[in-house]
Amino acid sequence: MIRKTLALAAAAIGMTAIAEPVLAQQNEQFIPLLVYRSGAYAVNGVPYANGVVDYYNLVNERDGGVNGVKLTFEECETAYATDKGVECYERLKGKGPTGAAYVNPLSTGITFALTEKTLADKIPIITMGYGRADSKNGSVFTWNFPLLGTYWSAADIAIQHVAREMGGADKLKGKKISLVYHDSPYGKEPIPALQVLAQKHGFEFTPVPVTHPGVEQKSQWLAIRQNRPDYVLLWGWGVMNGTAIREAAAVAYPRDKMLGVWWSGAEPDVTPAGAESVGYKALMLQHGAQRTPVHADIEKHVYAKGKGITEKDKIGEVLYNRGVVNAMLGVEAIRTAQSKFGKKPLTGEQVRWGYENLNLSAERLKELGFEGMLRPIKITCADHEGARDGRVQQWDGKAWKIISDWYTANQETTEPLVKDVSAKYAAEKKITPRDCAKES
Amino acid sequence: MLYREAGQFKTTYSADMAIFPIRQDRVALILLLLFAFIGVPVMATFHIWPLGSDYMLRAILIPFLILALAAIGVNILVGYCGQISLGSGAFMAIGAYSAYKFSTGVHLPLAWLGTALAIPPLPVLPSILLGGLMAAVVGILFGIPSLRIKGLYLAVATLAAQFFFDWVFIRVKWFTNYAPSGSVSAPELNFFGLTVNTSIERYLLCLIFVTLFAFVAKNLVRGNLGRQWMAIRDMDIAAELMGIRPFYAKLTAFAVSSFMVGVAGALWAFVYLGAWEPLAFDINRSFQLLFMVIIGGLGSILGSFLGAAFILILPIMLDQVPHAIGVPISVETVSHLVFIVTGALICYLLIVEPHGFAKLWSIGKEKLRLWPYPY
Repeated sequence: MIRKTLALAAAAIGMTAIAEPVLAQQNEQFIPLLVYRSGAYAVNGVPYANGVVDYYNLVNERDGGVNGVKLTFEECETAYATDKGVECYERLKGKGPTGAAYVNPLSTGITFALTEKTLADKIPIITMGYGRADSKNGSVFTWNFPLLGTYWSAADIAIQHVAREMGGADKLKGKKISLVYHDSPYGKEPIPALQVLAQKHGFEFTPVPVTHPGVEQKSQWLAIRQNRPDYVLLWGWGVMNGTAIREAAAVAYPRDKMLGVWWSGAEPDVTPAGAESVGYKALMLQHGAQRTPVHADIEKHVYAKGKGITEKDKIGEVLYNRGVVNAMLGVEAIRTAQSKFGKKPLTGEQVRWGYENLNLSAERLKELGFEGMLRPIKITCADHEGARDGRVQQWDGKAWKIISDWYTANQETTEPLVKDVSAKYAAEKKITPRDCAKES
Repeated sequence: MLYREAGQFKTTYSADMAIFPIRQDRVALILLLLFAFIGVPVMATFHIWPLGSDYMLRAILIPFLILALAAIGVNILVGYCGQISLGSGAFMAIGAYSAYKFSTGVHLPLAWLGTALAIPPLPVLPSILLGGLMAAVVGILFGIPSLRIKGLYLAVATLAAQFFFDWVFIRVKWFTNYAPSGSVSAPELNFFGLTVNTSIERYLLCLIFVTLFAFVAKNLVRGNLGRQWMAIRDMDIAAELMGIRPFYAKLTAFAVSSFMVGVAGALWAFVYLGAWEPLAFDINRSFQLLFMVIIGGLGSILGSFLGAAFILILPIMLDQVPHAIGVPISVETVSHLVFIVTGALICYLLIVEPHGFAKLWSIGKEKLRLWPYPY
């Protein structure tokens, strides 16, 4: 009897899981959200996902959607696992009247897997501040958009800052710089650029891998204590960041000689280590922890109506802001695409055109309420990155303080690498690069 | 009633020893195969519920088939030969990376011999099979300790294989063709001039592999070799006294098992993921496969399929239930609930039926055969 009821219940569950709720899917643009609100990386995944959702809700509540086309979205939990990410992508890619507008994997590993799939499905894959660095080359990577900065740009900016602290690029000669990195495609991505930079400036570069998820770093930091590098770059994510700072403190490595990438520079990365993280520095993907008019709008139109999904005091945190910026760029790409294809739900292929022709001037950014968070960004076929600016911030125990001017990544160092690696990819995949001169 | 065998007379020895001696089983199997090979593609082509969507094929059926193949492999080793292995993820990885290397061309400089080993890029099918073969070779190597150690101690030895190969594929850049990120992507799936690209084609490709290997496994385990394995499993000293060589029996089990797991790994990488890093084959994959075999039924080919279905599909289904019935709970609550519910179901099942789904099925079948007076 119990078995029978159990079987019936299982059957019922199966039926409901497959049955799609029939919705009035007329004037709606669907956006899949691959998130991780659980697992080892949740501390960073949650604020980011909150920012994304809040911004889409803002666009729906304040403007009634993008030119009247309402944004709909659905979250799917990937837990940062590649196979789960692929499943989520397959689950969500066909939803809505026109399918997914674009996809945001929020994991370099999932990005690599989806790069193979979005090509066939004609869905743009947005990797803002992460992803594969060679995908900047839009003539080969038609569907990938590593907006605002790749890891190779980040590596260049980091070395620029280290050079400035040391008193000039010529002072880098003979210095020792270590990279403590998450041993995954994410952490390995900057290594080729850093090797090129090491050769150019004559510093000694040592990569120090940390195994996923990064809670075990004793031996790595002991090696650093022996090697005594002049600077440590940190390419960590989730629990790995806080652990790295604590281990640095344990071997008495000065925190102000540590520079994290923009994924290692948020509040959850420094607060667990408490006073030990004072002095720790990190790159900024342009914006920091700050509030601009868009945050006031989010409070007014989303939180005042009780539709916010986080606590009010979390609004304006680093990763929350990154989610907001990411969502805004997506919305503006849809808007750009609508100017060509009409004010209706668009397919992924049409939204891709919108991304490739995305051009946000300083005035437009001010209008959107992002003044002071972002610099103008212009995407072209040849440059899917759009902007490669960054600053450096330092944790003072309570807040992130911006301690540098704007840096712009030097393309001379990374461009030959981008050409090389993307050409190799094109040859391997038998892709004929588009002629960007002919794209409009 | 359904399984009444009255009138099915076996007049030859070969009929008596047939792979499926009961006619109903044969009919059911043929129907199932017809459905899998013809019904599913037709339903997918004409978008007939529930198999009409790309999602069902790409995200449910394809991974199910591949993991079922891996589970068959693990079942041969753990279920039939009684050698507990926690290195299945590593063998999948060996299959995947070897297949990748063979499909992109192997170049191994042998400096001390003053020469180099160079193999030109091979087509996908030989690459996948060679991937399986490499896994088999490594499987034999890591199976050698099983001649001396047993049970949990062997599990620890195979665990060493898991960590060793995790390390190898992360560290030795040769295996990833010096890819800067350490992530490699599968070549175009080209079989005898046909490019396998759509979800239906990919599904059929996996189905062909799984059907073939399932039949091979089914035949192996009821033949001489399978009986040797089971004898070793049930009592190795008694088996040895009866003239079964443990060396041969155990190492063949390791080889056959690793071969199938390796092929499954190559398929997982090439067909399902498309691009992968070593994390796709970490220790969790080994546990997942072991759980599939335990839940499905140790020592049963059918159990491998049932276990794979349970472990893979149940969480995915549970994950979608709250959204489908319109309960507004957040994804993290859902994913935690999935862990709780799946865990509870596993405990419940193992208490009610410690021998897994396959045992449930065989009890049911026995009762049907004795209908209407089952005992």
